[in-house]
Amino acid sequence: MARVFYPVENYSASESGYRLLPLRFLRLDQDRELLVNEVGEFVIGPLGTAKALIRKQLVRGSDMYSTFKAKQFLSDDSSSPLLDLLATKYRTKYSFIDGFTKLHIFVVTLRCDHSCQYCQVSRQTADKSTYDMSLETAEKSVDLMMETPARNVTLELQGGEPLLAFDVIRHIVPLAKKKAKLLNKDLEIVVTTNLANATDEILFYLRNEHIKVSTSLDGPGAIHNANRPRPGNNSYELTVRNIARAREILGVDRVAALMTTTQLSLEHPIEIIDEYVRQGFHSIFLRPISPYGFAVKTRRKTGYQLDAFLNFYRTGLAHILEINKKGYDLAEVYAKILLTKILTPFGTGYVDLQSPAGAGINVLVYNYDGDVYATDESRMLAEMGDHTFRLGNVRQHTRKQIFTGDAFVNLAAASCNQSLTGCSDCALQPYCGSDPIHNHATQGDIFGHRPTSGFCHRNMEVIKHLFELIAQQDKETMRIFFAWIQNSGLGDVNRVAPS
Amino acid sequence: MKLTTGGIPDKYRKQPVVGKVSWKPVGEADRNETIFLSNETPCDPKELGGYRGFLTTAKLESHAVSVPTISSVQELEHLRNGDIVAMEPANGFVRTLYRPDSDHNVIFATERCNSNCLMCSQPPRDRDDTDALLQRNLELIRLIESPPARLVITGGEPTLLGERLFTLVAALRDKFPKTYLHMLTNGRIFSRPSFTAGLAAIGHPDFMLGIPLYSDDASIHDYTVQARGAFDQTVLGLQQLARYGLRVEIRVVLHALTIPRLAELADYIYRNLTFVEHVALMGLENIGYAPRNMDKLWIDPADYQDQLELAVEILSTRGMHVSIYNHQLCVLRRSLWKFARKSISDWKNIYLDECGKCGVRDQCGGFFQWATKLHSAHIHPMPSVG
Repeated sequence: MARVFYPVENYSASESGYRLLPLRFLRLDQDRELLVNEVGEFVIGPLGTAKALIRKQLVRGSDMYSTFKAKQFLSDDSSSPLLDLLATKYRTKYSFIDGFTKLHIFVVTLRCDHSCQYCQVSRQTADKSTYDMSLETAEKSVDLMMETPARNVTLELQGGEPLLAFDVIRHIVPLAKKKAKLLNKDLEIVVTTNLANATDEILFYLRNEHIKVSTSLDGPGAIHNANRPRPGNNSYELTVRNIARAREILGVDRVAALMTTTQLSLEHPIEIIDEYVRQGFHSIFLRPISPYGFAVKTRRKTGYQLDAFLNFYRTGLAHILEINKKGYDLAEVYAKILLTKILTPFGTGYVDLQSPAGAGINVLVYNYDGDVYATDESRMLAEMGDHTFRLGNVRQHTRKQIFTGDAFVNLAAASCNQSLTGCSDCALQPYCGSDPIHNHATQGDIFGHRPTSGFCHRNMEVIKHLFELIAQQDKETMRIFFAWIQNSGLGDVNRVAPS
Repeated sequence: MKLTTGGIPDKYRKQPVVGKVSWKPVGEADRNETIFLSNETPCDPKELGGYRGFLTTAKLESHAVSVPTISSVQELEHLRNGDIVAMEPANGFVRTLYRPDSDHNVIFATERCNSNCLMCSQPPRDRDDTDALLQRNLELIRLIESPPARLVITGGEPTLLGERLFTLVAALRDKFPKTYLHMLTNGRIFSRPSFTAGLAAIGHPDFMLGIPLYSDDASIHDYTVQARGAFDQTVLGLQQLARYGLRVEIRVVLHALTIPRLAELADYIYRNLTFVEHVALMGLENIGYAPRNMDKLWIDPADYQDQLELAVEILSTRGMHVSIYNHQLCVLRRSLWKFARKSISDWKNIYLDECGKCGVRDQCGGFFQWATKLHSAHIHPMPSVG
């Protein structure tokens, strides 16, 4: 080999200029712009960055040029072979679509002992024959569920209060397990319950069948009981007592809690979060207010509620970061989902913030009466008299009919934010989702109107807030974010390779 | 530690000889694989009958010996019974190929390379040695008795063997399926899916490739390895390796060309090469080509601790396994100590005089032997750590 070495100029791209790869941008604040490529890689730069990039004024050899080339915002004559890499990254981001529907929600009964203000659908009745899923419907639902191509499937048993129909659960679980085994599918079962009726007999059954519990905890007693009325006004006391008992029997990591945000909750982010810490939970989901109850009926208030939610969210997130910094691991799930999309090459399986929307594609709801809905919200709309998103019925329709019927096809047409007006050129598109059902419920049109969309406004504000935190480059905050993303504790995030 | 020696070859034989050395005479049955060592002249030529070869420090008179011989060898003291050596009759070299008591044995595949890195520690030679070395290595593998814990295939660029590399890896798979096998390669050829598929099809049960990536900026990587298009080939090669389920680690040599964008490189590895099992951030070796390019390469390790700490932070918080090789603890920031490894092979590992007073010498990886000429200006003894 000749011991001759050539200068760096010999290895640079030629002067022939560069081509742009798909990218989008927005102004983050008065001083900075956010540029995002097709697979969610981003650059935060000073004002004028996008203009210089797009007008092809970047200078070869400059740091900006190198960064935009490495992150695949541009390609030049020496980088075209790597376009395959961009395709691989795109496939990775969208791998959540693989296998189609994975989450299957069974409404085993509409009956409930609670009368929560935000729930439109439950019935306080002892009439099992009308409001419980029949054994025949259960069997047909399991058959339909198992026709999905997905190898990993989740069966979520919910209601109403599903434990009131424990006999139906005991019928469904062995059926589903048998069928999953036959078809070589990995099956996970979760029961979404308020735990008020969770006897030891039931809890031991759940343990023996490896069924996870997801319960509701809306905050400290005053908030929880106000949100979740039941006879005796003791929902909080029952929930907390039975969470402890369920943990004893099933194991701490088998019991999760979700909170529903109401107008009352909006005023108490700190108290709610502190209650989750007090109860020993390591994750909390500061969920947006559901538009399917009062929000739909009082549309004029939506703007006010949105600002109130954003205040609630920002205050809550700041409090959660402080809790982590003091040494208690607590993940905020909404941020975790978005941060996974922003900071990693992967997508998420979270059905409510995806494009294509999760509705039907990643989640199906099997109602007690055999009707199949695209989402839980679709079912709630139906209970309010709007059957737009009823995709079929397990006793009348085949899987093929359900997924080629008008209801699903119309829904799918509005499911991709890549092609929705206002989304397709939004810098945040790769991180956001689309929600045709929300559009329909709040705007009367499945495609929706972004400038007045609460979904759009909320997600944009939350994502921009996360980018502001990322841009601060605080080492500890970033460690916390990656601990959430990796489902690990803060102490494990900066780990050492085994030698 | 010495791995080569040499003497005067006999005039009659031109083929290289690979064998296991012994200071003690062995029985007839074992002689065919044994090279007999001595500091004397054999009294009776029959004493050597049946041996594969003979090495002696003594001067042989012109009388012929019955087996391939190198005499007047400068030194044989470094050889122990069971070491495997190659005798090269063309020039009288005696190379140690394998030491059973070492954990740092390598299989040297070829001296050729398709890159020409500015800091190459083992500069390539443009001479086709691939067939000869393959035969030597296959014989070496045949001679090794007990399975080593680990072996490293290195070069040169081992993939220049083409499909003969598959023969080599298959031989190791068959004889030592439980030996961890590492191969140092620039990874460029793996951009060809058929080659990658071929290597994957060998199905070695514990195989990892160590592949260098020097920048997220293609032109800096290509300049560092002195090969246009190398970055694209290596990155696509890594993708193909992942596609076919071959395991990889990334190796980054730290110097003045790689330090400025080290954090960007760390982020690039995470976003594009998330599947790599390990990232090794390695100190520069002052040997081979490096001394002649030192004007372009040198940066005192004490002066890049900010960049190194940031790159380690980026990788480790993202769940990537990261290690620091070839760095002394006294120049590494304390937060980085837990990532530092004693990485230098036993035969080229030294400590300086200052290290005698150091309280953490036992935990420190020390230096390459050629670091005596050039090392950080900030080497100093440290207090011991409880």
